[in-house]
Amino acid sequence: MTPRQRTRARGTAGAGPRKDTVHSLDLTPAPGAAPLRVMVMAQTAAEIRAMLRNGEQLLLTMVIPVLLLVGFSAAPLVNIGGGSRVDFVTPGVLALAVMSTAFTGQAIATGFERRYGVLKRLGATPLSRTGLMLAKTLAVIGVEVVQVAVIAAVAAALGWRPAGSVPAALALILLGTAAFSGLGLLMAGTLRAEATLAGANLVYLVMLGCGGVVFPLSAFPASVEPALRLLPITALTGGLRSALGATGVLPLGAVLVLSAWAVLSLGLASRTFRWE
Amino acid sequence: MESPAVEIIDLVKRYGRTTAVDGLTLSARRGAVTAILGPNGAGKTSTVEICEGFRRPDGGTVRVLGLDPSHRRLRARVGVMLQAGGVPPAARCGEWLRLMARFHATPLDPAALLERLGLTAHARTPYRRMSGGQQQRVSLAAAIVGRPELVFLDEPTAGLDPQARHACWDLVGDLRAAGVSVVLTTHHMEEAEKLSDHVVIIDRGRVVAEGTPAALTGAERQLRFRARPGLALEELLTALPSGSAAKESPSGHYIIEGQVAPEMLATVTAWCAAEGVTADDLSIERRTLEDVFLELTGRELR
Repeated sequence: MTPRQRTRARGTAGAGPRKDTVHSLDLTPAPGAAPLRVMVMAQTAAEIRAMLRNGEQLLLTMVIPVLLLVGFSAAPLVNIGGGSRVDFVTPGVLALAVMSTAFTGQAIATGFERRYGVLKRLGATPLSRTGLMLAKTLAVIGVEVVQVAVIAAVAAALGWRPAGSVPAALALILLGTAAFSGLGLLMAGTLRAEATLAGANLVYLVMLGCGGVVFPLSAFPASVEPALRLLPITALTGGLRSALGATGVLPLGAVLVLSAWAVLSLGLASRTFRWE
Repeated sequence: MESPAVEIIDLVKRYGRTTAVDGLTLSARRGAVTAILGPNGAGKTSTVEICEGFRRPDGGTVRVLGLDPSHRRLRARVGVMLQAGGVPPAARCGEWLRLMARFHATPLDPAALLERLGLTAHARTPYRRMSGGQQQRVSLAAAIVGRPELVFLDEPTAGLDPQARHACWDLVGDLRAAGVSVVLTTHHMEEAEKLSDHVVIIDRGRVVAEGTPAALTGAERQLRFRARPGLALEELLTALPSGSAAKESPSGHYIIEGQVAPEMLATVTAWCAAEGVTADDLSIERRTLEDVFLELTGRELR
């Protein structure tokens, strides 16, 4: 036990706060920032905690993807044109999971942090804005690791046998994370928190429906298909399907679409983001 | 020579067409408690938020610990308590304070700080479930957990009950004793009078008076008494030395200002006898800071 802990224990053992505890506070100035690594890790942990504690976020990031995976793999709800249903659905659900965390979850959480003055308050701490953004990115990746593990485990139980290239899939997920984070932060940094909440959910639904997540693109009229292919979710879904399919190649088209979205959205977000 | 904690010269801040701060000049000494006092909309928060680096001034110069307010190094040296918010509603207050502590090299022990502010029992309570007064104390704790050399407290006791207010005042006193410079805004007169070494009264974005609480309230004393309303004070004034002033405010409460000497007392009581009234609660008092404040900033509602 350190002396400090001992004082604390003594202070709380008696009835009510004791004077000696009060005196253990040394208010003499001793300013100094913690090392960047420590600050970023502390903030990352706080962000992950907040995400895993939030019921709506968990519904979005864990429950819905897993339900879709199980439902669409088990029941012949859509015509995927031959082949294993779980092999078709799993890459789509992985893409959906990335979008739900990097885009929807991050947009809503950051929008409300802005509204509640949390971003402003953090701006007055030694943690720099770069450090904060780094922490947010690490937290998103941390949650994605959990999502991918859960989804892969459920899919494997349903008979998913991924072929192809895991590094290619990971590269696509990272690119997708960048693109979706940029879009999420763009919304969170410019719109009111309520508008972000509504908008992020709407975009989530539209992308879920039109991005080839569980309904194949072939289900849409040929005239809209080229436009749908330019959506980041379509690029990620299609890219993951081909990376985790028999060929295992990193599809250039998907990489280009995701890179373009990432550069555009992150660039715009960094120019327009309002911290208050 | 060491620079002041805060030095503001001719500060101007506009929001569209309104000028919130209009050529404000003030200086806050190191190791002292400086209170910025003013009615709502006087420009207190704008001024403090410019010092905290949240807003850029439209004119004038501001130096905080000798540096430009946007200087990165200040973030570790300056503690900030916002007027409202700043804490995630779902965060537990103990976790939030530990996070704030981890941003600093040699912070206070968060648990000891919670204890000191009477928040130990609420360490696991989410911020949004706390009362307004508890939330204020969490923000105050977060402002000082990094052991800053200067703290800005924007209305630290707004909405606090008397116990919490006194706890906050004690803490500010201890910060001062430890050598921390404190700049706070308030419209609580007792707070400014009790806590501060230096009071700056601002109105419409400008400094209207400043000094120690004693200097502001002045050596000037006043005679106060109660009597039936509507006495003819003009008559009394002619009997008093020139430069005296007499007013009835509020109704039935009389205040006589000027050279408070035995002769004045005699004149007033003689006049009361002539009027056939008994002066109740007759007393000689110094002006309060509130008197000074109302005199300088007017009585109309904003």
